Parts: sequence; structure tokens; C-alpha cells
Amino acid sequence: MLEIAIKGSKNYWLWIVFLLAVIGAGAVVYIDQFMNGLMITNMSRDVSFGFYIANFTFLVGVAAGGVMVVIPYYLHNYEKFHRITILGEFLAVAALIMCLLFVLVDVGQPTRLLNVWLYPSVKSVLFWDTLVLNGYLGLNIIIGWKLLEAERNQVEPPLWTKPLIYLSIPFAIGIHTVTAYLYCGLPGRGYWLTAILAPRFLASAFAAGPAFLIILCYIIKKFTKFDPGWEAIQTLSKIVCWAIIANLFFFFCEVFVVFYSNIPGHLAHMQYLLFGYHGYHALVPWMWTGITLMILGAVFLVIPQLRNNKTLLPFTCAMIFIGAWIDKGLGMISGGFVPSPLHHVTEYAPSGKEIIITLAVYATGFLILTILFKIATQVKEEVRG
Amino acid sequence: MMKKSRRSFLKVAGVAAVGLGASPAMNFASSDISHPVKSKNEHGLSAHRWGMVIDTNKITDEVVEACVEACHKAHNVPDFNHEVDEEKYPKTRPVNHKQEIKWLWEEEFHNAFPDKEDEFLAEKYHDLPFLVTCNHCKNAPCVKACPTQATFKREDGIVLMDYHRCIGCRFCMAACPFGARSFNFRDPRPFIEKNDPAFPTRTKGVVEKCNLCAERLAKGEQPHCVEASEGAIVVGDLEDPESEVRALLNEHYSIRRKQSMGTEPSVYYVM
Repeated sequence: MLEIAIKGSKNYWLWIVFLLAVIGAGAVVYIDQFMNGLMITNMSRDVSFGFYIANFTFLVGVAAGGVMVVIPYYLHNYEKFHRITILGEFLAVAALIMCLLFVLVDVGQPTRLLNVWLYPSVKSVLFWDTLVLNGYLGLNIIIGWKLLEAERNQVEPPLWTKPLIYLSIPFAIGIHTVTAYLYCGLPGRGYWLTAILAPRFLASAFAAGPAFLIILCYIIKKFTKFDPGWEAIQTLSKIVCWAIIANLFFFFCEVFVVFYSNIPGHLAHMQYLLFGYHGYHALVPWMWTGITLMILGAVFLVIPQLRNNKTLLPFTCAMIFIGAWIDKGLGMISGGFVPSPLHHVTEYAPSGKEIIITLAVYATGFLILTILFKIATQVKEEVRG
Repeated sequence: MMKKSRRSFLKVAGVAAVGLGASPAMNFASSDISHPVKSKNEHGLSAHRWGMVIDTNKITDEVVEACVEACHKAHNVPDFNHEVDEEKYPKTRPVNHKQEIKWLWEEEFHNAFPDKEDEFLAEKYHDLPFLVTCNHCKNAPCVKACPTQATFKREDGIVLMDYHRCIGCRFCMAACPFGARSFNFRDPRPFIEKNDPAFPTRTKGVVEKCNLCAERLAKGEQPHCVEASEGAIVVGDLEDPESEVRALLNEHYSIRRKQSMGTEPSVYYVM
């Protein structure tokens, strides 16, 4: 089926060339980082995870969000998702590859990365995270490809794909749960040390993933002859609605516990993020932007007239996607490091080089997404026409 | 020609493989017969669980400075304030002081003990420099977090690092509640004033921290900070009731950093 990817319009090739240019720019900067170390980033002794890990965490959520189309379609035989299920699976593939790339660019000694598997450490959550992430990636590649192939040949998909599909559901929950466990099991980090972190991660994932899928559906409809179907999009938007409300609710629970209990080790981070701490408030406007976007997005989705407005919906989804990105990206990661365990305040914002490398990782993801979606939509057009 | 050399290579490889397989068994046999197994280094200092007691009554600014300098010099810890030798390291980029490396350093009371922050703390402690370092915790969260066992705990309680296995994921830094770990954001060598060949320098991209001078204990010597501390720092066996550290803890009231975390730090502060 890959041959489909090399036949495209002028716009298709322009887009591909643009993505390759971004990837090229990032590769040049990455060579600098590879040679000179992570000194080119703004990470520090106190804020030792930055933009890379923030985006990694967020994208694990986008990948897990794909399960929100898989569950209704495969477990509840919700036929309207028939056309978009493959899109959810391929979105997960692209998001997971970006996740793995973010880990790769974040480590200090990338050439030693395989030590994680050469010296398996069952007590390390990071070890388990590499297993579930790669497992979920493998599952989605196999399932997505085999099912699309079967559709193209107009035969039933092989029987052995069924158990893999069912297995992919707990894996989707698993990747984000284990990713939350990376953070919430650390004794000295009050902001992350909360049992609701994994549920909160999942809620924001089930909002951000499907919200992005809706935007992608609009793009597909505009640029291809394939129509994902308005009813499927409407159902997706209801999923996004409930998930973003759950996310806001979990966040509110967090805020209540932290402020009402008034325990300094937990309070300080939230104070820093929402109001500033000892005169430091770099992230305050950033956080409030995220919260406002998520609340507005939730309101726009709850009101049926606004949710069913075809022009407004992609913008609402973009608001939720960006809001969740702020909340779970820099807010979550920087918030956990400021103040430091010794209550010093070192602020963080990504360096220019860090941003270029990050954009290149995103461009790689979009390149994979473009190719996979082109194949998927074309196969579906062929079959119908 | 080609065939012949390939064949002879395979032959040699085969013999080598047999040899490799047999060698452990042969070693075992030979050690069993000729010499008795030496379990411990005779000259080294040993303990069931190494610990450190810092007597805050004996700590002064001079003592702190001497300890930090002795430690950092001997372990080739880079000093970002050191002027780089332009000839040896041309085009060295400017430093970001937030990316510094430190094994042992001073903090104020409320930073060293943020959970013991006291509104009306005795003035004496308010102005006192507190030496902080790796606590070599009994339940070390960094050891648990490390995905490659590059950070590991020795039987005698010292938390050590294998700089050659570390992948630089920095998960241990997030896990440590004491900020004891530093990451080499860049090659540290241009910032080492005088390289001490007795201890390896590190490469960029790996994490490092205090090793309780394991290399010195193995030679029967006291850690550098202990030697420089004029009696303010004592290192010894926490599990041995007869040890000097236990005597100190018995006679004085002492505190540890962030005890509520349950990591069981092995560094005590006599107040």
C-alpha cells in the first residue's frame, strides 16, 4: 500500500518538502546538541526535565486518546466510527513515534539507550514505560496496517487481529498510567505526588486525542474526497466534552486539596503556577491561558447549539488541544520542579535550540501522520468508488 | 582464498567460544584447589552501613569551604567560575551557572531542612552554613528510579554510580528529594583547574554525585571532607553500636533531612 504515498498532488509534495525542511533544520541543531551536550537547552540542575519531556508526556496522551474511537467501534459495535477508527490508530502511531523521539533527544547519552533493555530494572517505572510505549506502537502498526489491507482487498481481516485489538485497549490505558507513575511515585516532588495524577492524565488524554482527531477530520474533508462523516465527529465532540470536564474537575480537586490542607511542600508548586512564588511568576500567564482555554472549550462543547456549529467546532477543539498541552506540558513538568526540593526557585523556559529540535520532532510526527492518513483515506476512497 | 580465510576464521572463533564457555568453570576449579577465597580487601575500611555525622557546633565558614574544596578538587568536579585555558580548550562556550555540578555544598537551614522551617528559629542556626550532600539513603529513591542500574546501592549502604552505564535520562534527579544530583550538561574538563589522575573525570551527558569517597575507604583512608573538616564530620558504621558515629548520636540530639519521606538518610546533623 506504500505506493500510494508517492503519488500525490502538488500541494501534497509542498507540504512534504516543508516538513522535511523543518526536520532538516532540527537535525542540524541536534548535531550541535549531540556534540556539545544538553547545555544548549535551558534545563538546569534544578529543572532537569524541560520542553522535551513536557511534549513527550502530552503526546503519550494523544496516543492513548486513540482508544476513544477503538472502544466504541470494537467493543460496542458503534458503526459510525467505522471510517475513523483507522485514523485513531494511525494518529497513535505518529504520536508514539514522536514520544520515542522526544526520549531520544532528551537523554544525555543517546548511544547508550539500549542499556534500558540490556540491564532491565523492574523497579524502575521508566523501564516499564519503554515496554508499554513500544508495545502499543507495535500493536497499532500491525492492527492499522492489517485492517486497512483487508479493507482494500475487500476481505475479512485475519482472525488473529481480533485479540490484538482487544489487547490494545488496556495498553492504551497502560501507556498513560505508567507515564503518570513516572512522576507520581517520587517522594520529593509535592506537585506530582498525588494519586489522581494518572486519572487526570487519562482525562486530558481523552480530551486532547479526540479533539485533535476532529481537527484532522476537517482537514481530511477539505483536502481529500474522503468524508469521515459528521455524525462520527459529533460523537467524538461529546467524548471530548466529557473528558475535558473530567480533566477540569480533577484539576479542581487537586487545587482544593492543596490549598485547603495548606501543606507547604504541595502548596508551593501550585502557588508558583497560579499566582507566583516569592516574586517569580514566569508561568502564571501561561497557566491561566491554559485554564481559560480548557474552560471555554468545555462551555462551547456543553451547549448543543455551539457544539453542533460546524464552523466553530474545529476552533473549540483547537482551544482544548492547546489548553491541555499547556496544562500537561510545561505546566506539569516545570511546575513539579519549581520550587526545587530545597525550596530554591529556578525558572525555566525552553531555549531557541530546544524549540527547533522540538519542532523537528513534531514535523517527523506530521510526516508519518500525513503518509499514513494519505494511504488510509485513498484506500477508503478506492473501496467506495 | 576467500573461502579458506573464512574457514580458518570460523575455526578460531569456534575454539575461542569453547574456551570462553569453559573458563569460568576452570577458574572456579583452580581457586578451589590452590588459594582460599579472599572475601574482603584487607586494607580497606568496611561497615555494615556507612553513615555520616556532621557536628553543627564545629561548623564554620572556613570548615565548609575547606571541605567543599577538598571534595571537589579530588573528584575533578568542574568549577564553572574557573577561567578556561583557551589554548587547550579553544572556542569554549559561555557557561550557564544553573547547570553547575556540585557534590558537597552549603545551604541555609531553611533550604537544607525546608520541612523544619521555623518562624522563630534560634539565631545561631539561622546564620549557620549547613553542609549538604548525598544522604546515601537506606531506601534510596534514585536507585529505584534508575532504569539501567547505573545508580546502585552497595551492601555497605553507599549509593554509587556507574558513569559508563548512565544514559543521562535524569530520572534519578527527579527522584532525589535532596537535590543531591548533578547532570553534566556539557564536557566538564575545561572547567577542572587541576586534573587529579587518581579519580576519573566524567563525560558530558551523565549524572554524578557524592560517592562517600568509596575509593578512599577502600584504601583505608577517611573521606576528603572528613579530613578537611577539623573534626566536624565523622564517617563510620551506623550499625555498629561501638562506632564513633553511634557514640555521637547517642550523646547528642541530631536531625536528618526530610525524614518524613521515609528514605532513611544516612547523614545526621548534631544540633
